[in-house]
Amino acid sequence: MELLSLSAAELGRLIKEGRATAVEAMQAVLDKIGKTEENYNCYVTVDKEKALNRAAEVQKKIESGELSGPLAGVPMALKDNLCTEGMRTTCASRILENFIPAYSAEAVRKLEQAGAVIIGKTNMDEFAMGSTTETSAYGPVRNPHNTEHVPGGSSGGSAAAVAAGECFFALGSDTGGSIRQPASHCGVVGMKPTYGTVSRYGLVAYASSMEQIGPLCKTVEDCAVILEAIAGPVYTRRKGDFPQRGTEGGLSSSWTMADKGSPQCGTEGPRQGSPSPGGQETRSDARRSGMGDGAHDKAAAVMDSTLIVREDTDFTAALKMDVKGMRIGIPRAYVSSNEGTHESGRTGLSQEVRDAVLEAAGLLEANGAIVEKFDLGLTDYAIPAYYTIAAAEASSNLERFDGIKYGYRSETAQELHRMYEETRSRGFGAEVKRRIMLGSFVLSAGHYEACYLKALRVKAMIGKAFGEAFQKYDCILGPVAPSTAPKLGESLADPIRMYLGDIYTVSVNLAGLPAISLPCGADAEGLPIGLQLIGDCFREKKLLQIAYTYEQLRNMKQK
Amino acid sequence: MSNRISDETIEYVGMLAKLTLSGEEKEQAKRDMGRMLDYIDKLNELDTAGVEPMSHIFPVRNVFREDVVTNGDESEKILRNAPARKDGMFMVPKTFA
Repeated sequence: MELLSLSAAELGRLIKEGRATAVEAMQAVLDKIGKTEENYNCYVTVDKEKALNRAAEVQKKIESGELSGPLAGVPMALKDNLCTEGMRTTCASRILENFIPAYSAEAVRKLEQAGAVIIGKTNMDEFAMGSTTETSAYGPVRNPHNTEHVPGGSSGGSAAAVAAGECFFALGSDTGGSIRQPASHCGVVGMKPTYGTVSRYGLVAYASSMEQIGPLCKTVEDCAVILEAIAGPVYTRRKGDFPQRGTEGGLSSSWTMADKGSPQCGTEGPRQGSPSPGGQETRSDARRSGMGDGAHDKAAAVMDSTLIVREDTDFTAALKMDVKGMRIGIPRAYVSSNEGTHESGRTGLSQEVRDAVLEAAGLLEANGAIVEKFDLGLTDYAIPAYYTIAAAEASSNLERFDGIKYGYRSETAQELHRMYEETRSRGFGAEVKRRIMLGSFVLSAGHYEACYLKALRVKAMIGKAFGEAFQKYDCILGPVAPSTAPKLGESLADPIRMYLGDIYTVSVNLAGLPAISLPCGADAEGLPIGLQLIGDCFREKKLLQIAYTYEQLRNMKQK
Repeated sequence: MSNRISDETIEYVGMLAKLTLSGEEKEQAKRDMGRMLDYIDKLNELDTAGVEPMSHIFPVRNVFREDVVTNGDESEKILRNAPARKDGMFMVPKTFA
């Protein structure tokens, strides 16, 4: 049995049945890394000994029945902006080259509790700023489908590791497409959940109002399984660590979807009505993670005040092959066929990508979905709004890197402020500095109103446009990126051109929506093409059902 | 268009960002930021009168907790990452040289 060809869920089943062990799986992955990592550079850090030891511990717990979840014993890779207790976390930046976190990110803890085993930390664009994984201080990642090409970014190491068989699944983070776009370029599945679904506790912040942690994996089933494991609140510390009494009043202000639905985000929150088939099974998480106790939810909200308490996180219930009557909208601007560069500066969609995406839409239509084109509006304003907001938040979030608490410090400066400046100037790479400068500018007196607040107003308008679209459609379908993966070295010279490649992904982050990227074809050179499905807030299940159906239909067609 | 960023502006933004740029980096930053701001100007095509700025897609409220230590003493773990430390504290260069 070739273990590496299995999906995470398949491997998990095999381990559960006793036909493979966590240690064998880890050894297979480490052997593969030994063979191919030199070519791809997917990882910043791999700790073989720790990985094998932990796999052995997990295997014992599986055999004793203590661990029985679908991911027990499955080796995983983590983007290097997710804190891992005791394991170096660099954000692919020189400024954090020696940083060892004192705690793990909540999503990481949840996966470890589920029995998944960390292989190491994946390479990325520095502080997740980039679309190619070329801004890493630890060298670029190469696309396993063709090493002359980039894997996309910023979660390029995670996507490439999945594609190369150097892990069974990975976590990434998506601020403007950083999970979906590399997933598309590497021919794997990637998903950004609704904002607030996965705790950002322990994710090194870049643009806090837009980023979410999500899975990169081989199949839609894996995607649902992993998302189910990382979504929602859980105790971050041991039970006794949290104040048990006298805190209820103070903590109860943490927001839950029960409070209100957002006008921008369609009509239904997870607790309001529940026409979706999985809607009744709301307590599946409670069994696994202790969720459901209000105090637990509140405790988690203290760790990430934007975390939304959801009870509809049984995502695997949505893995059904059925799109009959589903209404799918394709924004005309997402499939306009002009090659080259638009007047507006927008990068044109390549014909091959367009054809593959429309063919996918046709397959869904042939199986009962109602597919139509519509005008979404405001498409050309998403990128300038996104980059203004992202840069502003980046300049604020990255102020913490001052050479005092962790990471690199310039030793030549004799005076505090000089030390700050030298540390940051030497520690950050060019793209990070570019965004910090832009962010400082748009937030500065005299420009705040005209630049930053203007962008926030446009963000509200974009959110509203999606809200209106989801009155009519169950899902929006389109490409992930205008082209397949560019060659190494082609993108960084012209930053704006690189930013324009994010045209189909950034508006999802502005509007807080869930979206999934999955393979739908390849170009003439064999480079993968991705299909993007965008859902209304909290409608991950609908997305997963459509994605799962498409994946199965495509598999059958290819056989 | 692209020369909308003056030397003074770059100096000022560098100060806000706590970054020291070399002469060449300054010129590059002037060009990059100028181009980016030209591009951001596109937002002015939209009439946003009466639209409230939206910082978060969902309403966000402050989350309070009691002001008590809940995670035990982790000072050693935290200080281990410090570039310089002394007597259980972070050590920094002189504030005034």
